[in-house]
Amino acid sequence: MADPADARLEADDLQLWRGQRHVLRGVSFVARAGEFIHLKGPNGSGKTSLLRTLAGFLWPEDGVIRWCGQPVSEDRDGYAAALAYLGHENALKGDLTPLENLRFATRLRYPTSDPALRDALTRLGVAAQADLPARVLSAGQKRRVAMARVLLSQARLWLLDEPFTNLDGRGVADLVAIIAAHTQAGGIALVTSHSDIDLAPGTVRELVLA
Amino acid sequence: MNAPMTSPWAAAGLVLRRDLALAFRRWEQVTHPVVFFLMVATLFPLALSPKPSLLADIGAGVVWVSALLSSMLALESLFRADVEDGTLEQLTLSGQPLAILVLAKTVAHWLLSGVPLVLASPVVATAFGAAGTAYGVLMGSIALGTAVLSLIGSVGAALTVGSRRGSVLLSLLVLPLVMPVLIFGARATDLALHGDPSAAGPLWLLGSMLILALTLTPFATAAALRISLE
Repeated sequence: MADPADARLEADDLQLWRGQRHVLRGVSFVARAGEFIHLKGPNGSGKTSLLRTLAGFLWPEDGVIRWCGQPVSEDRDGYAAALAYLGHENALKGDLTPLENLRFATRLRYPTSDPALRDALTRLGVAAQADLPARVLSAGQKRRVAMARVLLSQARLWLLDEPFTNLDGRGVADLVAIIAAHTQAGGIALVTSHSDIDLAPGTVRELVLA
Repeated sequence: MNAPMTSPWAAAGLVLRRDLALAFRRWEQVTHPVVFFLMVATLFPLALSPKPSLLADIGAGVVWVSALLSSMLALESLFRADVEDGTLEQLTLSGQPLAILVLAKTVAHWLLSGVPLVLASPVVATAFGAAGTAYGVLMGSIALGTAVLSLIGSVGAALTVGSRRGSVLLSLLVLPLVMPVLIFGARATDLALHGDPSAAGPLWLLGSMLILALTLTPFATAAALRISLE
């Protein structure tokens, strides 16, 4: 494992085409340990495409993504273990409870115990729903459970696509605090959101896609 | 970050257990393939003639064609739910080799759709008046055959998971590939039901097909699923 202070995500001149559309036109940036990056841009500007490219689902036509200085194509499973992705879908099974969903997702990465899982659900404010089938949860509660999975992933790099969708005001504030705590501990977070992120100036760096 | 990683085989066990747990919460769906199997097998005596001599002759073939169609039925849903709810994205990012996780899903699929057919096949064979001495070979060949069908079918299911009307396309892709399984499986069953000791030959061939499918298809399936995420 690389030295925590060395954690660094670099995108170098990413070019991505989706059919006839040139979605990413030479996107370059460096995200260093401790950075909370708010990815902005109008609808269709490629925010989701950029996150999905960084997560390894889309292959850019040109350009390199480096994790800790190494191109991610050289060690895909190692890079995958270092990142957590929250997409538009919550990846929850409605027939399983939030606790069972988290137990499965987390144990795929490392052995864990139920109290740790319940702690994460408590931090996201959905501890009371831990043993209900996930299908009866509200949209906002499902989003919180999905975010608990990211919190439990022990990944250094968080790629969060519209994490505040369906959350109430209190939920947004709690989640911003959780992401800020992650970056203060040396993590990196790339977050897309249409609303402004309410934190002390200088804490959040904005990256705007045209 | 410093916690011990879950080993790939432990991760495969988790996927297997989760898929079985999910299936048993929808218990009625588990019974569909075996009910379909019995229904199709019942159609043959109705459409052909109910003469006992004819039925004893076609018994092995009927069991095999019914098993083939029945396991095709369950294939389409193999990856669909995981793709639609985002679980597949999370599986690819778990840091575990996707081929092994996919193999675990396929094994779960076989346990749910293949094993019930193995258990039901002697019932059908008996109903067709086949000699009652070779149930071991019958069940063994159905077990080997349905396992190969699940593995080859998983490649087809992964390739068609992104298309809206994937089920017809899936059958067109998979059925030609599984014809050798049908030929050798039905042959082994037929020989065994007629008390011919040379049934071992086709059984060995089925076994070698299973090993070939086990070693090749998980990688093809994993690659196809990665493409479906694009």
